[in-house]
Amino acid sequence: MKIHEYQAKEILRRYGVITPQGIACFGIEEAVSAAEKLGGDKWVVKAQIYAGGRGKGGGVKLARSLAEVRLLAEAMLNKPLITPQTGPNGQVVHRLYIEQGVDIHHEYYVGIVVDRSRQRACLMASSEGGMDIEQVAASTPEKIYKILIDPISGLTDQDADAVANKISIPPSSLTAARFLLKGLYQAFDETDASLLEINPLIVTHDDQVLALDAKMNFDDNALFRHPDIVALRDLDEEDPMEIEATEYGLSYISLDGNIGCLVNGAGLAMATMDIIKLYGGSPANFLDVGGGATVDKVTEAFKIMLRNPKLRAILVNIFGGIMKCDVIAEGVTVAAREVKLSVPLIVRLEGTNVELGKKILAESGLPIISATNMADAAEKAVSAAVRGA
Amino acid sequence: MSILINRHSRVMTQGITGKTGQFHTRLCREYANGQQCFVAGVNPKKPGEQFEGIPIYATVREAKEATGATVSVIYVPPAFAAAAIDEAVEADLDLVICITEGIPVRDMLRSRYKMEGRKTLLIGPNCPGIITPDEIKIGIMPGYIHKKGRIGVVSRSGTLTYEAVAQLMALGLGQSTCIGIGGDPINGLKHLDVMRLFNEDNETDAVLMVGEIGGSDEEDCARWIKDNMKKPVVGFIAGVAAPPGKRMGHAGAIIAGGQGTAQEKIAVMEACGIRVTRNPAEMGKLLKSVL
Repeated sequence: MKIHEYQAKEILRRYGVITPQGIACFGIEEAVSAAEKLGGDKWVVKAQIYAGGRGKGGGVKLARSLAEVRLLAEAMLNKPLITPQTGPNGQVVHRLYIEQGVDIHHEYYVGIVVDRSRQRACLMASSEGGMDIEQVAASTPEKIYKILIDPISGLTDQDADAVANKISIPPSSLTAARFLLKGLYQAFDETDASLLEINPLIVTHDDQVLALDAKMNFDDNALFRHPDIVALRDLDEEDPMEIEATEYGLSYISLDGNIGCLVNGAGLAMATMDIIKLYGGSPANFLDVGGGATVDKVTEAFKIMLRNPKLRAILVNIFGGIMKCDVIAEGVTVAAREVKLSVPLIVRLEGTNVELGKKILAESGLPIISATNMADAAEKAVSAAVRGA
Repeated sequence: MSILINRHSRVMTQGITGKTGQFHTRLCREYANGQQCFVAGVNPKKPGEQFEGIPIYATVREAKEATGATVSVIYVPPAFAAAAIDEAVEADLDLVICITEGIPVRDMLRSRYKMEGRKTLLIGPNCPGIITPDEIKIGIMPGYIHKKGRIGVVSRSGTLTYEAVAQLMALGLGQSTCIGIGGDPINGLKHLDVMRLFNEDNETDAVLMVGEIGGSDEEDCARWIKDNMKKPVVGFIAGVAAPPGKRMGHAGAIIAGGQGTAQEKIAVMEACGIRVTRNPAEMGKLLKSVL
C-alpha cells in the first residue's frame, strides 16, 4: 500500500525526523490560507499523487507570494499531472501540500528497502540527492553506499555515523544526521514499511538535517496490524476495478489488452498472460481467483472483466487440484448465464474431475469454446478476439 | 533417494486443528505411506487430544520427543506463522514446510535471522509444499497427478507446478521430487539450494526449473548451474507480459526499479547454457528433448 508525501511526513515526525512545516489542503482558498498560516516569504506548492517524478512533471513549484501560491494551486488542483511514472494520461491531483520554503546547503539521498537475496533491510545513501536514484545506480554505482541492517539490533549509532560519513555529511551536522537516520529506520521497521525514500535529504546553512521529500510504501501482508495506516488509503489513486476485485478476494490487475483471463493460481495466471502474448494476442488483465473459486467469485470476476469496453474474449484457465473442475464448470455456467456474456468464452480445464467438468460445460447449452490445453486455449482466444475486434 | 523427504520421514502438523490443517492432513495421510508418516499434531491449547487418531502435543519439542518426527508442516494463520517457524527451528527439526500465505515480511526477516547457524531447512512460506511421488506428500498439491520417476521439479508457484507435472506425465515422465519454494520475497530454500540437492541425488536425471518475475534467485541459480550442474536443466519464467511495479498475486512477484523482469532472467539463464521455453504449454516437451 502507498500513501502521500504529507502522510509519510506526518508518520516520520513521530519518529523525530525533522521536516519543513506544511499543511495539506484540498481547495484553492485552503491552499492560500495554509501559506498565510505557515508564514515566511516563500512556499513550495506540491501536488500530492502517489507516482514519483512529480518535480519533473511540474508538480512541485516554488511560490514567492501568496498570489503565486494561488496561481500554482489553480494550475495543479483537479488537473491531471503527467510524470515519468504516471503513464501518458497522468493522475488527477486532488490534494496539495503547502510547505515552507527552506534554504538548501546540500542535497542527499536516503532509502530503505528489503534486500531479498541478503534477507535484510538495506539502507542506501548517496551524496547525489535530488537525482533519479536509479540513474545514479546505473551510471555511478560507486556513489551509492549500502548497509545491511541487523533486524535485532536495528540501525546502530556506528551504522548511522558510517553512512553519514560515506555520503560526506559535514561534521557539524553529524549528530543531527545520526538522529534522523535512526528515526527513519525505526519508522520503517515499526510501520512494516516495504520502502522508505527521502529524496532529497538536505543539510541547511545552519547545520540542520531535514527530510524535504518522503515516500513510504507498506507491506500489504502486515496491514492487519496497522489500522491507522489503512485509514490513510486514498481510493482516488487506485484502479476501481482492482478495488472491487479485492473486496471479493480476487487478485486482479488491469492491463491494456482485450482478452480477459480468469485463472487459479498466480503463477499459472501469469503464464496464461504470457501465452496469449506469445500467440499474438494481448491480455486485458491478470486475475487469480485463488484456491476456493466459488460461484460468487467467478460471477464477480466475469462482471469486473465485462466492464472493460475493450474486452473481446474471455479465457478461463483452471488447473483443478484441491478445487474440482466440476465445481468450477458449474460456477462458470451459472456466472455466464447471470452476466449475459457478450464475448466468446474459451474454457480450458485440467486436473481433478476434468471429464465431469467438460461434460457440464458441453451440456450447458452455452456457446462455450472448449480447449484441450493451454496452447489450444490461447490460440482459440486470440482468434476469437481478432474476429470480435 | 529422492531429496529432502521419503517414506521414512516422520511429520508433525503445526495448526492441525484448523480447517485447512485438518483438510490437508487428512489428504496427506491418505497418500502413499501417509498413514505411517504423519505422526503428530501441535496445538498449545489442546495437548492430549487427537485428530483422527493423530496425537496432539502442546509444543513442537514435545511432539518431536514423543514421536521422533523431524519434519513439520505449518498451516498456522499468517499473524502467528513466523512464531511457528521459530518454534520448529528452536526444536532443531530437520525440515519445516510453511504453507501459510500472507506472513508479514518483517516477521520473516526476523525468523530467517534466527535460523542462521541452525540446522533446520525451510520450504516456503506461501508454497504448495513438497512431494516425493508414490512415497509421501507434504502440502496441498493434488497427489494423484504425480508418479514416481526421475525428473526433479522446482518452482515458485502452485498451479503452474501442477501444470508442469501434468505435461511431464502426458509424456510418460515421472518425478523424483517436486518442490514449491513459494511466492514470497523472503523465504527459505531458493532455486539454487534445491538445484544443489537434485545435482547430488542419484534418482534425479534432469530438472525442470520454473521461475517468475521478482528478485534474482533464478539468475543466482543459473550461474551456479553453469559451473556445477552435472545434469540437464530446462526452464520457464512466468511474467513476460507482466507490467512493472505491480504485484502479480504473489507477494514476491513484482518488477521493482527495473529489476526482476522475466526477460532479464531468461537472458541470464540462456547465457548460462540453460534452455528456456517462452511457451508454458511446452515445458514438458522441452524437458523430454534434453534427456
